[in-house]
Amino acid sequence: MYVYDEHDRQLLAERVAQFRDQTDRALAGELAEDEFLPLRLQNGLYVQRLAPMLRICIPYGMLRAEQLRRLARITRDYDKGYAHFTTRQNVQLNWPALEDVPDILAELAEVEMHANQTSGNCIRNTTTDQFAGVQSDEITDPRPYCEIIRQWSTYHPEFAFLPRKFKVAVNASEHTDRAAIQVHDIGLQMVHNEAGEPGFRVHVGGGLGRTPMVGPVIRDFIPELDLLTYLEAILRVYNRYGRRDNKYKARIKILVKALTPEGFAERVEAEWAHIKDSPTRLTREAIDRMKTYFTEPDYQPLDNNPEALVSARAESRPFDNWVTRNVNEHRKPGYAIVTLTMKKTGTPPGNVSDRQLEQIADLAERYSFGEARVTHEQNVVLADVRQDQLHELWQDIRPMGFATANLNTLTDVICCPGGDYCALANAKSIPVAETIQRRFDNLDYLYDLGNIDLNISGCMNACGHHHVGHIGVLGVDKKGEEYYQISLGGASQNDAAIGKILGPSFAREDMPEVVEKIINVYVDHRTEEEEFLDTYRRIGITPFKERVYA
Amino acid sequence: MPEIVRHDGSIVSDDWQVLERPAEDESLELPEGPCLVPAAQWLEHHDQFAGDRNIGIWLDSHEEPELVADHLDQLPLIAVNFPKFSDGRGYSTARLLRERFGYRGELRAIGDVLLDQLQFMKRCGFDSYALRPDKDITKAPRCLNFFSNAYQAATDNDEPLFRRRGEFPVADTA
Repeated sequence: MYVYDEHDRQLLAERVAQFRDQTDRALAGELAEDEFLPLRLQNGLYVQRLAPMLRICIPYGMLRAEQLRRLARITRDYDKGYAHFTTRQNVQLNWPALEDVPDILAELAEVEMHANQTSGNCIRNTTTDQFAGVQSDEITDPRPYCEIIRQWSTYHPEFAFLPRKFKVAVNASEHTDRAAIQVHDIGLQMVHNEAGEPGFRVHVGGGLGRTPMVGPVIRDFIPELDLLTYLEAILRVYNRYGRRDNKYKARIKILVKALTPEGFAERVEAEWAHIKDSPTRLTREAIDRMKTYFTEPDYQPLDNNPEALVSARAESRPFDNWVTRNVNEHRKPGYAIVTLTMKKTGTPPGNVSDRQLEQIADLAERYSFGEARVTHEQNVVLADVRQDQLHELWQDIRPMGFATANLNTLTDVICCPGGDYCALANAKSIPVAETIQRRFDNLDYLYDLGNIDLNISGCMNACGHHHVGHIGVLGVDKKGEEYYQISLGGASQNDAAIGKILGPSFAREDMPEVVEKIINVYVDHRTEEEEFLDTYRRIGITPFKERVYA
Repeated sequence: MPEIVRHDGSIVSDDWQVLERPAEDESLELPEGPCLVPAAQWLEHHDQFAGDRNIGIWLDSHEEPELVADHLDQLPLIAVNFPKFSDGRGYSTARLLRERFGYRGELRAIGDVLLDQLQFMKRCGFDSYALRPDKDITKAPRCLNFFSNAYQAATDNDEPLFRRRGEFPVADTA
């Protein structure tokens, strides 16, 4: 993965010094609250319901063992001994003290980590597929491009005060989209053109929140060397013409809709024509150089399905289930991609203790070349595990709570911190996840139900991505009471779609039963090969409505 | 006399006056000494003002630099107003004036100009800054130079870092 050179180290050290100075001035009363606000946000610091919250960036999800250990130490020294993996490949501390934040940032900088632009109206962390570089259907590894975008967007002088936040995601897999690029402000899909040259299909104006939208394509192909100039053109058009009069209408999706995707694309093309040959145009050398940071680890020549794996699967049904569910195919023979699930019933989805962070570091070193990845589904991936070590790994992680074999099932819930932690939330989200997980605790039944994305957000800011859950749950406030609105049929992958609202919302205690009724409609109607989403798309929302509101 | 911060960190007295947009039934009254008139009024009185080295213009954040692009050599000073520091349109305006339209005269940030945005402004081509009067102007030189380097090209530097790094990653000897 990317390793800082002296330039990166210097820039980050200067950023930490700058924020220390800003914090001192804020504490001394020289900066008004509204003046300090965007400065602290762009350094990851929110002030939340119970305490400040620090959102630390994990660029495109990659973490080294030493970084995991440092995070663990920071949660112990400055917080309450746990952290929360978010849906955008970031990690959050829930209880840091404002005056400690410069020290925390300095400690992070020592291990090449930061909280730059994880919040605020600027270009946020660029995210990608957690299986980047190890899956077989990839055009090319997207991570070098993510790092190129990270550097270009970091402290960009023109785009630090955009109308609203701005999120970019990159996907390079041909058949799946684990990065959910079509619900980002810019979604970049790696493709080859007819001449076989690498580049990107560009989606602009997707997003969740109050006005969920699937991002339309504004350019079918932009060559890789033109990536940054094209992004700069999009951002400049947005910075100049995006609405600033109403924060709920300020995202780029509103501008794209107002101008129409064609009209927006014309503006971008006109802008790009001026800057496409500027020094910001990437060079072959810059891309090749970046790729040298993302080379293969030292894989051994191995075969698929070694005897150790085959016999262990035959002997242990729980192990076999786990391999089926939580282990994915690797492009190298004899290796596997393992997802450690952070969704054990009874613990908030995405929450990890300091000890668990250290355990993940140990596991990464022992089994996966010292690296781990966090996913937008709030799990952790060990991307390079030898198949003949899977059984040993599984035995190691069972007592740690990482082996719940529920990946992509109904109980692998995506969930924001909700009203337990977040000042913006209308309702709690974690207890809803837990009651549903408890209702569906039979693994055989879960496997029979197949892939179901259940996404829960505590408010319409949609941090839990409820719009794109097959089953989406949104916390709403009804005269001071917490209620939950359900939507069905959302999807975040290649077939991205925004879910449809089922009808009036429900009280929290009714939620497990309502979800069960929805599941039963699927079970009653499905054909042999259908997943939940297929059945929903075939029969529509009415049968679900009729059952739930009967 | 009010003080202005220059891009090199020096603090100088300066007597350019910013004229508000006149109300509808009023006409523009020019004061003694150098002044910045609203761009629309300057265009309206172009024949009278063009080439006067004591008359510059100011653009508001929603006004496009294209408005005045054909007259840049007649303007000794262009100011861009930040009605609120969080309104970032002025950064694009500045870069366009410099990089697209080739404006070489003085480019000044006015309005809600605070310390922590100075370096961004400098990078986008502003070369003088009318810091909001309640801010400590002596801190401006430091705030203009928090960063000794930058990842991107901008008006101040047309070599992005990726064009300046060595060909291959330097092995970490630490």
